Amino acid sequence: MRGRVLVAGEASGTVLVSPEPLSFWGGYDYKTGEIIDRRHPLSGQKAAGCVLALPLTRGSSTTTAVLLESVKAGTAPAAILSPRVDSFLVLASVVADEMYGRPIPILALSEADFAALRTGQRVEVRRDGEVSFEGAIGPELSGGPR
Amino acid sequence: MTLHLDDHDRALLAGEHGPAARMAMSILVRMAEVQDAPAMLDITQAHIDSAIYMGAAGLEFAERLASLGGRVAVPSTLNVSGLDEHHWQEWPVPEEWARNAHRQMIAYQSMGCVPTWTCAPYQSALAPKFGQQIAWGESNAIVFANSVLGARTERYPDLLDICAALTGRVPALGLHLTENRAGQLLVRLGGLPERVQALESFCPVLGHWLGRNCGERIPVIEGLVITPTEDQLKALGAAASSSGAVALFHIVGVTPEAKTLEAAFQGRAPEATMALSLADLCRARDELTTAEGSTLDMVVLGSPHFSLAEFARLTPLLRGLRRQPEVSFLVTTSRGVRDLAGSAGHLAVLEEFGGRVTVDTCILATPMLPPSVKTIMTNSAKYAYYTPGLLGAQVAFGSLEDCVRSAVSGRIVRDDSGWRA
Repeated sequence: MRGRVLVAGEASGTVLVSPEPLSFWGGYDYKTGEIIDRRHPLSGQKAAGCVLALPLTRGSSTTTAVLLESVKAGTAPAAILSPRVDSFLVLASVVADEMYGRPIPILALSEADFAALRTGQRVEVRRDGEVSFEGAIGPELSGGPR
Repeated sequence: MTLHLDDHDRALLAGEHGPAARMAMSILVRMAEVQDAPAMLDITQAHIDSAIYMGAAGLEFAERLASLGGRVAVPSTLNVSGLDEHHWQEWPVPEEWARNAHRQMIAYQSMGCVPTWTCAPYQSALAPKFGQQIAWGESNAIVFANSVLGARTERYPDLLDICAALTGRVPALGLHLTENRAGQLLVRLGGLPERVQALESFCPVLGHWLGRNCGERIPVIEGLVITPTEDQLKALGAAASSSGAVALFHIVGVTPEAKTLEAAFQGRAPEATMALSLADLCRARDELTTAEGSTLDMVVLGSPHFSLAEFARLTPLLRGLRRQPEVSFLVTTSRGVRDLAGSAGHLAVLEEFGGRVTVDTCILATPMLPPSVKTIMTNSAKYAYYTPGLLGAQVAFGSLEDCVRSAVSGRIVRDDSGWRA
């Protein structure tokens, strides 16, 4: 599949699909890369290094600050795939690029492509927005990747 | 769409207004391109959420801009910081945190921001007027400015708010433009009796439900029979922008762009209509409580920051009473409101009750609470929403009266009678 490139970059990792929106503030511990919103279905999962499939962010305008911290701390998702342009996520990545030259690749996918993503798939994200799947679909994860 | 930049934009990008403005403009232009904005537009003021200390990267960003000589181009107020600047030593705030949080406060002040240190900037004389183009950070302030004041702001995330302030420019899109401010969802309250709407917790619970069910779409509320106060609208918006991404709501007959139902939708048809039942609302209210027993360690009020009117409601509830020694009682507010509350005699009553005040920040933005605090009670849906994840504590949501009675009795007590069918 191919998405619209919001922030260009290359990444590979295991897909982690969030069935619900997520606020990174109060929802993501940048020291560990763990999702900590106890009301969220992914609570307790680690998103660090994953290709995070996220419907959109929720609520707090502090989401970008937390995501930027995660880039500096090395706990950011490897890439983010979203069915829309989420400016909070894009901004964190743009500032990470300006500050550290380390943007998080972010793609906007069609609703159909987004809906086809499954937790545990191994994917590669390319600069031109191509998302390729490596091998067979993996099993559902219980304790996060790796 | 190609982004049109005017001469001033190009001068900013070329560094003619200094390297900080150039970096800020570069970020703004990249965002404008991603968001398909046709042009940039002028703002008249900004409210900066970025001064909250989150960690090393945010501090580095602030000090980079400040060291590059950044100066705000428009009047800019500051949201809560990561520290009660003059009282943090009264709480177990780690010294290293305090040092870093203070450096971040200084960096933003040095760029010319006004040290208001509040998440309720609409409670000050600097509040924007109807139709004003502004760039505000802090989700509850954004939804209040758009919905209640009729000023126009997108949801500016941290880091972008200061870029807007340093340049006075933002992408011309979203809620800055009249056509994007029309209602999208019709929310009917007709099934909710006036006695329920009159409950103190009604507005925050309704807000929590809106956030859960509207996502980032614009709800139009029809059938509100009470006349909400500014604090009720504040509570509604803060809840809706915590559980969801609501940045603008209309209430027919109440908010300035909703004089009629047709005006709220700008003549368009709603994308969907939802009728809210008492059962829906009770479920939303229950979601805000995670505490299972009645054990209570602390009552916290003031998210968004407590207003003078809220102090005036609290004082008669406290007078002549005292909290149980094992339940602490905290009100979070701004320096400005604290001073007014002191002059009005509210702080003396709070102190006799055994309560305390924290300014500049809140329990979610600074690590001030001792680890012994395991269960918190609040009348704020925003505190209730974020407490479990951010503080790892359990939370009980109740009315202001419930909160005071609980502090006095030493255990969680909630009057649920008004919520029964």
